[in-house]
Amino acid sequence: MIVQALAFYLFAAIMVASAVMVISSRNPVHSVLFLILAFFNAAGLFVLLGAEFLAMILVVVYVGAVAVLFLFVVMMLDVNIAELRHGFLQYLPIGALIGLILLVELGMVAGAWVISPGAGAAAHLPIPPPDQVTNTAALGHVLYDHYVYLFQSAGLILLVAMVGAIVLTLRQREGVRRQSIARQISRRRDEAIEVKDVTSGSGV
Amino acid sequence: MNPLLAEYLPILIFIGIAVGLALVIVIASYVVARQRPDSEKVSAYECGFEAFDDARSKFDVRFYLVSILFIIFDLEVAFLFPWAISLGDIGLFGFWSMVCFLGLLTIGFVYEWKKGALEWE
Repeated sequence: MIVQALAFYLFAAIMVASAVMVISSRNPVHSVLFLILAFFNAAGLFVLLGAEFLAMILVVVYVGAVAVLFLFVVMMLDVNIAELRHGFLQYLPIGALIGLILLVELGMVAGAWVISPGAGAAAHLPIPPPDQVTNTAALGHVLYDHYVYLFQSAGLILLVAMVGAIVLTLRQREGVRRQSIARQISRRRDEAIEVKDVTSGSGV
Repeated sequence: MNPLLAEYLPILIFIGIAVGLALVIVIASYVVARQRPDSEKVSAYECGFEAFDDARSKFDVRFYLVSILFIIFDLEVAFLFPWAISLGDIGLFGFWSMVCFLGLLTIGFVYEWKKGALEWE
């Protein structure tokens, strides 16, 4: 039990510290690396809660794919630190204004937030005991029939993301020679070579 | 202790060993080795040349596209695992809801294939 509590505090402390470093470190690449550390610690917290499947998915999807995507974005933005610092004072007032508006909105949400009385009953499903049903099986039991609409809308969101990414980033480059295997193997001898009868001494 | 967490105890011990070993190596190299830096020793070394360029340069947006498409199919496969485990209990409805989900993503896959997003040029 004591090991569990120690592990919880260790993971939580490292996670909070690395989350702070994500937003405060000057180098964006370092931010992404701290984000990966935060993801790993969140996976550790999920394991402590008994949610093994979520922990592994967090490592596979977030660390393996999303963090790589963030690194691509950071590399592609080509952020120059000196240029970033350049207009800092000039944009400070409007940045502070937007931050203030967001803070007020957050305060209003926190002040006026009430859980709808029906929501608890609608969302509540009995959690099966973890020593009989594994976490993955427990997810599977509810995800595909009880939450079928949410599941299908997840599929739709993925579809929209796929189409959107292609529409936004795919550009056909002009003048690129492509290999067309069908054309290559359907070439015949008479269209590929031509035999000329050259008389000696006259050239082609 | 929770039997599930007891199975993860070796991993926790290994994490502890890895972190401890890494710390020992870094700290020992600071403490034991003589540190006499000069401007040539601490400057960037690139195969004997002066560094030509910044390592962070702009590159093709296509890498980003490949990465996004990878994430989407990664998530699709992640949804398959709980389905495969609980397929015996969720019956025909669960089976067809997954087939529907896969069909949706197959539409996207056909679109992607036909648009040529999978070709590199």
